Amino acid sequence: MVVKRLFSLLVLILTVSITINPVLAQHGPEGHETAAEHGHEAAEEKKGFNASEVIFGHIRDSHYWHLFDLNGHPVSLPLPVIIYHPEKGLEMFSASRFHHGHESYNGYYIDHNVKMKEKIASEDGAAIKDFSITKNVLSMFLSVAILLILMTNVAKKYKKNGSMKAPSGFQNALEPVITFIRDEVAKPNLGSKYMGYMPLLLTVFFFLWLNNMLGLLPGGANFTGNIAVTACLAAVSFIVMMAKSNKHYWSHLLNPPGVPFGIKLLLVPIEIMSMFIKPIALCIRLFANMLAGHIVILSVISMIFIFAALSKVAGIAFAPFSLAFSIFMFSLELLVAAIQAFIFTNLTAVFIGQAIEEPHHGEHAH
Amino acid sequence: MDLLTPELGLFFWTLLAFLSVFFLLRKFAWKPILNALSERETGIAESIATADRLKQEMSQMQNENEKLMAQAREERTQMLKDARIEQERIINKAKEDTKAIADKMLAEARQQIEQQKMAALTEVKNQIGNLAVEVAEKVLRKELAGAENQSKYAHTLVEEIKLN
Repeated sequence: MVVKRLFSLLVLILTVSITINPVLAQHGPEGHETAAEHGHEAAEEKKGFNASEVIFGHIRDSHYWHLFDLNGHPVSLPLPVIIYHPEKGLEMFSASRFHHGHESYNGYYIDHNVKMKEKIASEDGAAIKDFSITKNVLSMFLSVAILLILMTNVAKKYKKNGSMKAPSGFQNALEPVITFIRDEVAKPNLGSKYMGYMPLLLTVFFFLWLNNMLGLLPGGANFTGNIAVTACLAAVSFIVMMAKSNKHYWSHLLNPPGVPFGIKLLLVPIEIMSMFIKPIALCIRLFANMLAGHIVILSVISMIFIFAALSKVAGIAFAPFSLAFSIFMFSLELLVAAIQAFIFTNLTAVFIGQAIEEPHHGEHAH
Repeated sequence: MDLLTPELGLFFWTLLAFLSVFFLLRKFAWKPILNALSERETGIAESIATADRLKQEMSQMQNENEKLMAQAREERTQMLKDARIEQERIINKAKEDTKAIADKMLAEARQQIEQQKMAALTEVKNQIGNLAVEVAEKVLRKELAGAENQSKYAHTLVEEIKLN
């Protein structure tokens, strides 16, 4: 995604003295049309640069991995489409069959009425299920591969060197993070049973951190800024929390001690609601943070093109400011990538910790 | 609102990928890494404890050594003192013994000298006595050769007796 941004910048610098329009116009289907129809500055003023189109084009999931535009044609990697049709069953074909959303294939087409997603619909109106390996899915597979290779290599090093040898290389970089998760996240929240939850917490943390950073990479997918992803991870946390919850937790939830009956009637539904709100908050927090970060960076970059669409001079003049601000935002997002991964992990630990908390001694005065 | 409705496909793939990466990493990465880390930590803690214990033992040993040294020094002084006393005692005793023996020998010598002197004196006396008797006999033989001389002598003797 950021590659597109940076690429757009590069393109701006290269083409601003020649002609901005054809390149800028390529970011969406609408851009295509305008470029084809007009192709000159005069026509750009109103329809030339559609910022929201560009931004949502970047942050939404896609059946293509868009690399760049060349001479007005998008250069992208078509990804496999897997569709489950209630009657026709499972079907699999390349997304290139859609010809960038211009054609339908086998009764399926890309629904342009849904702007913020690239939704595949069936011509017969059946409720199809889309299990395609989209850009986000592919990006995630990539992160999984990176995680597996890195972590197993580090583990091998530990096995090879034995435990009493000082860590070196990537092992050295990883170790403080692991001990940080253990000492600052797991131990304070989970008490004596923290060791059993360490694999989950470490996996969540590194999975999110790596994916957050992959999302910031040029050309990366907005994976952790997708609500399906955060909902999935929050669901995992919630399931672990529920599976590990003990009697103490439920008795305090359904029958809060030392509370008058009238207030109990009020308190218990709130407690039950809060039980579900916790994972929802987890889900929304990560999603919103990552999405907002991406949108802000994209918006700042888009401003160059909005100004450039007004006049070339304004575009050139604004570029340094926009660039400086986007660099700042990019740095901030790098920080946010780590912070959000940490917060998600920490809150998971906190919620699990609440569910597995043992009754305190001497607390049974009620 | 489209952004806020999760897609089933992505949800499914994420769940699948996350769970598989979780189980794989748990078995092949986190377990060995965490084990190694806790092993190292207990190892370090043990090493420090051992070092502390050794240090303590060392200082204890040092204390003991010092104590032993002091004791040895004291013993040495005592022994030297004892030896000196003993030495003096032996010397004194030797002196006394020697003196006693010398005295005894002297006394014996003196006694013997005395005895021999006495014997000699007695012999001299005897000799002198014999000689005197012989001389007297000879004188008497010569003096008393006449009757007159015999009665004169008898008178002299009577005179002497009267005086006594």
